[in-house]
Amino acid sequence: MIVLDKVNKFYGDYHALVDVSERVGKNEVVVVCGPSGSGKSTLIRTLNRLEEIDGGSIAIDGRDIHEKGVDVDALRAGIGFVFQHFNLFPHLTVLENCTLAPVKLKRATPAEAREYAMQLLERVGLAHKRDAYPNELSGGQQQRVAIARALAMRPPIMLFDEPTSALDPEMVGEVLQVMRSLAIEGMTMVCVTHEMGFAREVADRIVFMSEGRILERATPEEFFTNPQTPRAQQFLADRRRD
Amino acid sequence: MLELIDTYWLYFLVGQYPEGPLGGLALTVLLSFGALLLAMPFGLLLGVARVSNRRAVAWPVAALVQLVRAVPLLLVVFWVYFFLPAVTGVKTGQATTMLMVLVLFDGVYLAEIVAAGIRSLPKGQLESARSLGLSYSQALRLVVLPQTLRNGLPSIVSQLVSTIKATSLGYIIGLSEVSFIATQVNTLVFTQAVEVYLILALTYFLLCFGLSQLALLLERRLNRRAAQASS
Repeated sequence: MIVLDKVNKFYGDYHALVDVSERVGKNEVVVVCGPSGSGKSTLIRTLNRLEEIDGGSIAIDGRDIHEKGVDVDALRAGIGFVFQHFNLFPHLTVLENCTLAPVKLKRATPAEAREYAMQLLERVGLAHKRDAYPNELSGGQQQRVAIARALAMRPPIMLFDEPTSALDPEMVGEVLQVMRSLAIEGMTMVCVTHEMGFAREVADRIVFMSEGRILERATPEEFFTNPQTPRAQQFLADRRRD
Repeated sequence: MLELIDTYWLYFLVGQYPEGPLGGLALTVLLSFGALLLAMPFGLLLGVARVSNRRAVAWPVAALVQLVRAVPLLLVVFWVYFFLPAVTGVKTGQATTMLMVLVLFDGVYLAEIVAAGIRSLPKGQLESARSLGLSYSQALRLVVLPQTLRNGLPSIVSQLVSTIKATSLGYIIGLSEVSFIATQVNTLVFTQAVEVYLILALTYFLLCFGLSQLALLLERRLNRRAAQASS
């Protein structure tokens, strides 16, 4: 479904992504982990062109998405993206946050969009907050709304960029629970996360990155019990100490 | 003072109208409103252009902003009034001249407020709007600008208040707005300069204070929900 082939990305002289190749199949859940500055977030942001790439190619369903002439808006409409800092629209209510894009992009009538948004809010446990504004919600609640907002576009792919990193520890669980249920339903997901418990339980595959390269790709079982590279071993040791 | 008001109130309010062109307070109010109404969209457009990634769009606007900001408003009035007809061959009336100047001047200052507001909004707002599939212009219109305008409301209002006051510069090209009329009245009565200009000052104060109170009301209304949240 998503095929990366020798993707390279530079920030000036800094080589942020080095020959990254990877495939993500339909219904697969891939967790990308690695120390900070390893290029995980950059990588996931290239998948919906929030970042451009300088070499290689990324294809989604056989279509090179970084090619000239690609309709970026249409591409993004089909890929849900969840940010570390939620980025809800503070001037809109929870429900309006979820209906804005589907209505404005004519994917649904206002009534249909509201109905589907309510289903999604129900699902993330926040239907009763439909008329609240984002600043009236806790971080965990905001992130769950952000997931519902992304799902409102009915995307076949969901990308998560450190969705729990900005949350207080007691709110991490509620967000992971939503992500877990998506994974179980067969959503194709790429998640950048430090939540190793989640990775172990939900991921089909773990991709370990360091200094812009993919150093390891393995099943959770293999990765956690028998990491191959010294860097991955170090990374896991550091995680356990936390 | 009462006698003064009694004699000249109509002249003060509308100038020589209906015998001559509309003037006085009516003209000042009309001019202010016209300028506000036209400058807002103009400023919005310039502000959005100012933060554009396309240099061909951003640079001319930046140049215009720097130029207009570096010239006294009075000079711009002179330029438009004397220079523009010489170039275009069309004589512009005083009221039209003043309106054009105010819209230009105001638009430029509003553009800076809008541009600063857009730049100061967290990058994540535009990114999350775009990641949902909204186009750049949709993201601006639906997500970025509503927040920018709300956050910038105090600056915008003070700019609009200074527009009202700036209409008095029409005096210099003989536009019969309220300051000009007051001066005329002062010349006619001669002995009551203090009273005449006191009334004039009071008039401007009421206009400007009224506008800022109106803005305050609007601001409170916008913030009401946020206030409920914290209570």
